[in-house]
Amino acid sequence: MWKIIGRTLISKPLPIDAPTPGADEIAELAKRLDRDARRRLGRSLSIREVDAGSCNGCELEIHALNNPFHDLERFGLRFVASPRHADVLMVTGPVTHNMREALQRTYAATPDPKWVVAVGDCAFDGGLFADSYAVTGGVGAVVPVDLHIRGCPPTPVQLLQGLLALLERAA
Amino acid sequence: MTSQSLLEFAEQGIAIEQRPWPRYRLNHAQWTDLAAGLGATDWTLLAVWGEPSEVHAAIMDETAGAIAVLSLPCPDRRFPSLSPVRPSAIRMERAAQDLFGLVAEGTVDPRPWLDHGQWPSRAPLGPRAASDYNFLPVEGESLHQIPVGPVHAGVIEPGHFRFHANGETVVRLEERLGYVHKGTLHLMTGKPVAEAARLSARLSGDSTVAHALAFARAVEAASGAEPPLRAVWLRALMAELERIANHIGDVGAICNDAAFAFMQAHCTVLREEVLRAAALCFGHRLMMDRVIPGGVSIDLDGAGTARLGELAASIAPRWAELYEVYDDRPSLLDRTVGTGVVRTELVRRYAAGGYVGRASGRGFDARRQPGYPPYDRLEFEVPVMPDGDVHARVLVRFREVEASLALVRMILDRLPQGAIAAAVPARAGEGLALVEGFRGDILTWVRLDREGRVQQCFARDPSWLQWPLLEAAIEGNIVADFPLCNKSFNCSYSGHDL
Repeated sequence: MWKIIGRTLISKPLPIDAPTPGADEIAELAKRLDRDARRRLGRSLSIREVDAGSCNGCELEIHALNNPFHDLERFGLRFVASPRHADVLMVTGPVTHNMREALQRTYAATPDPKWVVAVGDCAFDGGLFADSYAVTGGVGAVVPVDLHIRGCPPTPVQLLQGLLALLERAA
Repeated sequence: MTSQSLLEFAEQGIAIEQRPWPRYRLNHAQWTDLAAGLGATDWTLLAVWGEPSEVHAAIMDETAGAIAVLSLPCPDRRFPSLSPVRPSAIRMERAAQDLFGLVAEGTVDPRPWLDHGQWPSRAPLGPRAASDYNFLPVEGESLHQIPVGPVHAGVIEPGHFRFHANGETVVRLEERLGYVHKGTLHLMTGKPVAEAARLSARLSGDSTVAHALAFARAVEAASGAEPPLRAVWLRALMAELERIANHIGDVGAICNDAAFAFMQAHCTVLREEVLRAAALCFGHRLMMDRVIPGGVSIDLDGAGTARLGELAASIAPRWAELYEVYDDRPSLLDRTVGTGVVRTELVRRYAAGGYVGRASGRGFDARRQPGYPPYDRLEFEVPVMPDGDVHARVLVRFREVEASLALVRMILDRLPQGAIAAAVPARAGEGLALVEGFRGDILTWVRLDREGRVQQCFARDPSWLQWPLLEAAIEGNIVADFPLCNKSFNCSYSGHDL
């Protein structure tokens, strides 16, 4: 383990050294997010994620926000365990009828001011599942949505872009 | 009964206050008498209607100038029909059946009436199952319940866990699932296979390649389509990349739930590298919609082949290093060894596959048996461990990543040239496929109609056979070890809930 830690200490941070074209975009976004997050929210925007019926594809990419490439926490954006600690509800899925009440109650448990970010094509309008007997057809059908981040699933970069857009609007 | 007045008959039942005319609750025998004897009386049947678990008949005795409502509780949702003796009851009973799901036994006309098959649900006014869901009772002293979910603390899928605990020790865990039921199978029916394939790819996002592959293979079996050789090998390549990415992610997450964040950090880096390579080579980080009936939707170019070769070569030594870290951490092993044990006998009885089965001594792997191409031409290890604990499930994943990295290199070396997709003939037929996803074997069945559309289908995610065993694994463990046990299973909610 110490060998790996030692190597990590002397190597460049991953987001900057990332070997794909997406890396520049992330670094660019990182700068803007950092400035805005500090100015508007004092580095303390807390996110509660609610899966309201996704296929778990969106969750995988939301998870990826926490990896060292994207490292969401350096912007002061972090995932919290309870809606009572959250400023933002990040909701995925077409909102199944079986999850509707849980989503409503989670929303009610989130203190004001709060924002809702609907993540993924399903959360936008039900996506491929829109015609099903089992879904309400999008997050907007159940709680007010401040921002949609489209994609099936959206990439971590798209998610970062979306959070930036939210910061710009939420101030 | 013919000699009785309506009220004399009715008063055999229990009087319920109702104004201005009385209501009486009859027992089953009394209602049966009513159904048999009504025909011999000149009483008028004013109405028959239902509520979720009771049926009512309003009856008038014109001679005596009396009106009464007679009711029968029907908790089993059946009641003796009045229609054989009073035809006017026929349509009202049919309406009660459509609205409340109350079945009139012995009716002269059991067809639906108000329900034309267009409503989103059957018996829309009937009792809602959710309101009276009872968790299994537990008896004993000093027990307490811990309800968890459906919204959990982490970024994970929703489901409910009901723990009964005695102090710290879990006496029983009962799962309640279905929260992410999206009606996927219903959406797939009637669709052309290409459209249905997109839905199959979203049964469980983490197994999108494996589910799409199982669906494609079932469709090909049903229609007689022959995917080109290159497509068959590219599918296996994607399936192994999916297995690698998920196993790496799981190992990190399991260690993280044992409060060892170091592994999580490094595993997420490796996982991200796999996803980035997948995006570069196949145009999608999770490789969604890349496996289609008849073949694959995207080819791998020379640069992509080189990229994946480098990826496999660069991950292998770092993975070995991370294994050393895991294996050398007594504080971590203290949490994983001996925790959440599932006995071999149980995994056999449930036919649990994947790392859950293999960590408990059941070596089943659909790539080997029944087997499917190209695995019949590839050498690979299927690790099996006897202990059945969290540690064993971690070890199986470590070894499977090694095996899959080797498979990736073999596939890249031997990737045949040629077309990547064949047409799927529009033909009626039924097909079954068994495919090994990262989580275990996926069974998909499909029936196609004459136009080649999906008439019926079913996809059995491995989670169906693993979720019940999680309930067994946690028994006798402490509540604080549940996240660890749960993560070591990493069952799919969406794949299970359909």
